[in-house]
Amino acid sequence: MGRDEFLFLLIGLKWTVALSIVAFICGGIAGLAVALARTSGIAALERITAAYIAVFQGTPLLMQLFVVYYGLALIGIRMDAWAAVSVGLTLHASAYLGEIWRGSIEAVPRGQTEAAKALALRYISRMKDVVLPQAIRISLPATIGFLVQLIKGTSLASIVGFTELTRAGNIISNQIFQPITVFGIVGVLYFLMCCPLTIYGAHLERKFATSAH
Amino acid sequence: MNYTLDFTPVIDGLPDLLAACFGTFTLAIFGMLLATVIGIGGVVLRQSPLKPVRWAVIGFVEIIRNTPFLVQIFFIYFALPLAGIRLDPTPTAIIALGINGGAYAIEIIRGGVQSIPKGQMEAGLALGLHKAQVFRLIILKPALRAIYPSLTSQFVLLTLSTSIASAISAYELTSVSQRIESDSFRSFEVYFTVTAFYLVISWVMMRIFALFSARYFSYPVK
Repeated sequence: MGRDEFLFLLIGLKWTVALSIVAFICGGIAGLAVALARTSGIAALERITAAYIAVFQGTPLLMQLFVVYYGLALIGIRMDAWAAVSVGLTLHASAYLGEIWRGSIEAVPRGQTEAAKALALRYISRMKDVVLPQAIRISLPATIGFLVQLIKGTSLASIVGFTELTRAGNIISNQIFQPITVFGIVGVLYFLMCCPLTIYGAHLERKFATSAH
Repeated sequence: MNYTLDFTPVIDGLPDLLAACFGTFTLAIFGMLLATVIGIGGVVLRQSPLKPVRWAVIGFVEIIRNTPFLVQIFFIYFALPLAGIRLDPTPTAIIALGINGGAYAIEIIRGGVQSIPKGQMEAGLALGLHKAQVFRLIILKPALRAIYPSLTSQFVLLTLSTSIASAISAYELTSVSQRIESDSFRSFEVYFTVTAFYLVISWVMMRIFALFSARYFSYPVK
């Protein structure tokens, strides 16, 4: 495998990173909305978001990408593979992050909310200033764990036809007939992205576990 | 927008899709079994007195957990023939699922074994229980109870990731739906229906796991 092939993989890597960042940020914003709706105390809203989460957690990411990809075209929105895959991964991330953050919001002791209410704080201030700062801290290890899942999940965009790292690997491997080398290198590149995050997540978990005592 | 949904190809393909569900179940069940075997073996090796063995297990777990399943399945698909093992895509997919699920199972089972305090075992022996009884009643059952929720949700994830085995054209639901899609061009209809199939599959699995748990792990201990 020559220099040109490796550079092609790096271009793929760039798109994997871009896809992960877009899906994580957009999915994070939508996920916050899901988490807040899920803990809103309004029965209808809670039930709808619970169903939303159950659907995304109960079906394969690959199918979600297919349905979004062809579904968007169906309702007349013309999108290239990049945009369609970003939307698909964003929806996926919003459901998972919504569920993780629901758990963390509920893990903040009730007394905190009650005290905030007693101090006459309104919902927005109660969430923004009291509950969410604590919930974010609790959720960090799981959030980072999901980010690793998401980075790995972007590889499925290759099946839909978007040229990110894995598809770049497929293309190169078909050209030079060295699949073991190519997918080995592709694997190493994913590992270099994910492993530092995994280590950081484990570190945070240990830190919080000891400070909880 | 003047597209009308047409589910005829899906209805025509229904027998094929239902048969393919069994393909998915086959991949999932054998994948889970292999993952459990690798998980238990890995935990035993992880406690080996030999440092290189321990490090090899840790390395295996971290490599698998930090790379995409799709890349793993491609790698295994091309590496097995080089190692002299010629297999069809479906057994290859089972091996890949087992290896991937096994790495997660190692971490989960290890956590369960560690959650049993040593004093509990000593107390069992002091009460005159036989060593085998101590292992079965005092170590295995509580450890299984502790890991059951995370292990089974990992198994549901494994079941969902069988769809990725379509990339090497193993026989399962996604690859069959791709065939129906490319014959009929009714992409949305096909994938929407198959997504609903997966939802039912994962729901059924969660129900089975929950029933099993209620039967064997409920308090009071039988």
